[in-house]
Amino acid sequence: MRSVFLRNLLGGPATEAAPAADDAAMAEVADAMKRSARAALGRSLAIREVDAGSCNGCELEIHALNNPFYDVERFGLKFTASPRHADVLLVTGPVTKNMAEALRRTFDATPDPKWVVALGDCGRDGGCFAGSPAIVGGVGDVIPVDLVVPGCPPRPIDILKGLIALMDGAARA
Amino acid sequence: MMSPLATLLARGKKAARHAPWPRVAVDADAWTDAAGLLGRGECALLGLWGDGASVHMALLDEAANAVGVLTLACPDGGFPSVGAQHAPAIRLERTIRDLWGLTPRGAPDDRPWLDHGKWDGGAVIPYAFLPVEGEGLHEIAVGPVHAGIIEPGHFRFTVNGETVVRLEQRLGYVHKGVERLMVGKTLDEAAIVAGRLSGDSTVAWQIAFARSAEAALGVEVPGRAHFLRALMAEIERLANHFGDIGAVCNDATYPLLLAECGMLRERTLRAADAAFGHRLMRDRVIPGGVAGDLAPDGGDAIRSLVTFVRERFPRIVEIYDGAASLQDRTVTTGIVRPDLVRRFAAGGHVGRASGRAFDARKAFAFPPYDIVDFDTPLFGEGDVNARLWVRIREVEQSLALVSQILGRLPGGPFFVDLPRKRSGVEGMALVESFRGDCLAWLRIGADGRIERCHLRDPSWFQWPLLEAAIEGDIVADFPLCNKSFNCSYSGHDL
Repeated sequence: MRSVFLRNLLGGPATEAAPAADDAAMAEVADAMKRSARAALGRSLAIREVDAGSCNGCELEIHALNNPFYDVERFGLKFTASPRHADVLLVTGPVTKNMAEALRRTFDATPDPKWVVALGDCGRDGGCFAGSPAIVGGVGDVIPVDLVVPGCPPRPIDILKGLIALMDGAARA
Repeated sequence: MMSPLATLLARGKKAARHAPWPRVAVDADAWTDAAGLLGRGECALLGLWGDGASVHMALLDEAANAVGVLTLACPDGGFPSVGAQHAPAIRLERTIRDLWGLTPRGAPDDRPWLDHGKWDGGAVIPYAFLPVEGEGLHEIAVGPVHAGIIEPGHFRFTVNGETVVRLEQRLGYVHKGVERLMVGKTLDEAAIVAGRLSGDSTVAWQIAFARSAEAALGVEVPGRAHFLRALMAEIERLANHFGDIGAVCNDATYPLLLAECGMLRERTLRAADAAFGHRLMRDRVIPGGVAGDLAPDGGDAIRSLVTFVRERFPRIVEIYDGAASLQDRTVTTGIVRPDLVRRFAAGGHVGRASGRAFDARKAFAFPPYDIVDFDTPLFGEGDVNARLWVRIREVEQSLALVSQILGRLPGGPFFVDLPRKRSGVEGMALVESFRGDCLAWLRIGADGRIERCHLRDPSWFQWPLLEAAIEGDIVADFPLCNKSFNCSYSGHDL
């Protein structure tokens, strides 16, 4: 274990904080996040993730945001365990009929001001599940949506960019 | 002497165009005898699903690696319950009733399963959880919205102090009507849906779907397609095992290993992206082969991933194995007895941690698994630790497989055109995902469109064992147990 600690301490961070020239998007995101999140919400933004019927693909990429490469907590983005602590609901999946009520209740349990991000093609409009009698539709068919981040699933960097766009919008409002 | 399965198959009328294994139409007596065979452990249940006014049951004779499907017509809307003799069939039968309206007669549990009473907008009937009585018991209800970034489901714990007396699961929250949605779709359209049955197994499910379609149409895909599919499948296995090993250690308050495994997973997804153009390799496997060739520098990206993992992973294993505080949480926690695993025919790490070696890659040796060298790791303790060790050993095997596949990758085409005109043909496939064996079954109808498709996720036979695993352990160990299984909600809920 000592060798792993030493390697991590001495080898420099895995986090892509000082992006290489070919990774300009990450630098852009880091900069924009600092400006917009602070303007709207001070130094932090609490996110509650809700799977309303997804295949779990979007969840895998949301998880990736927490790995050392992306390390979203450095931007003040933090995933909370309860909607009562959240500023943002990050909702995935076509909303199934069996999850619609739970999603509505989660929305109601989130204090104002709050934002909703519909993540993925399914969250946008039901994706390839649109038309199934077992789903209600996209997230916007059940609760008001502020931003859509498309993709199947969206890449972690796209999720980050989406959250920035949301902050920019909130800052202007 | 004929095997019990062969004897049973000889009692029915064989369907003319079902491949690669036989399907026979049987009468209610043979159906009931099949349930008895399952109950006595002489066969394993691979699947049980509805099809209009019929039910199908897929059986596996493990000694011979022989598979057969029995079909029973239900003109009066019912069929003799299999669950009455064989518990693993119970949830499948409840699902058949919910989705197809066919009643399992004499079933031990007549509650709905995927149907929460919300599909037709009618009055919702409260779900009757099983009663638990005794002094000092209380209940903890969890979900469907959980505290972590995970799929929704409901867990009802009955506890005495800290000890879990019973866990009862209620699933079905992410039911998307997958099988109904597939009806009338072209094979290419349906493949997209199959790849979204369970997001973490998108490659395995698209291989399973494609192989069932190819079996129905009597098509053999080119060698390069077989190899590229297996390459993707093993990369998918690596990515999932890294994620789960890290997550189990994190639940035992060892975030260092979550971070280390998270880096391995991220590197794996980036290599997949470089090689195949998508981090999860979604929609890369299609009926007839693969959608695109390996990127020109894809082989190098994967080889450097293998080098990176070979350098990093052994140290992670060393830390895990040497940390008493971690071992204290994982050793002897969440034990699944070998007889339960055999009875439920649980695959993947759940089966292999409790002595059941079944691996579809070995049992049916479809290419390229017929020519590459690999072992199926096997442990017997059945605890969280054993399930972790299965994953650790599988990482090592998959690394070796990836190198072999790259080294022996044949040239030539990676796709073959499918005959579009054949109808009334049926195909079936069993493919090994990181989680266990995925069963895909389909019938192609007029104009080459799907008439019926059934996808049975390995989770169906693992979820019930999680209820058994946590019994007698403490509530705080549930996240560890749950992660060590990592059953799919979406794959199960259909």
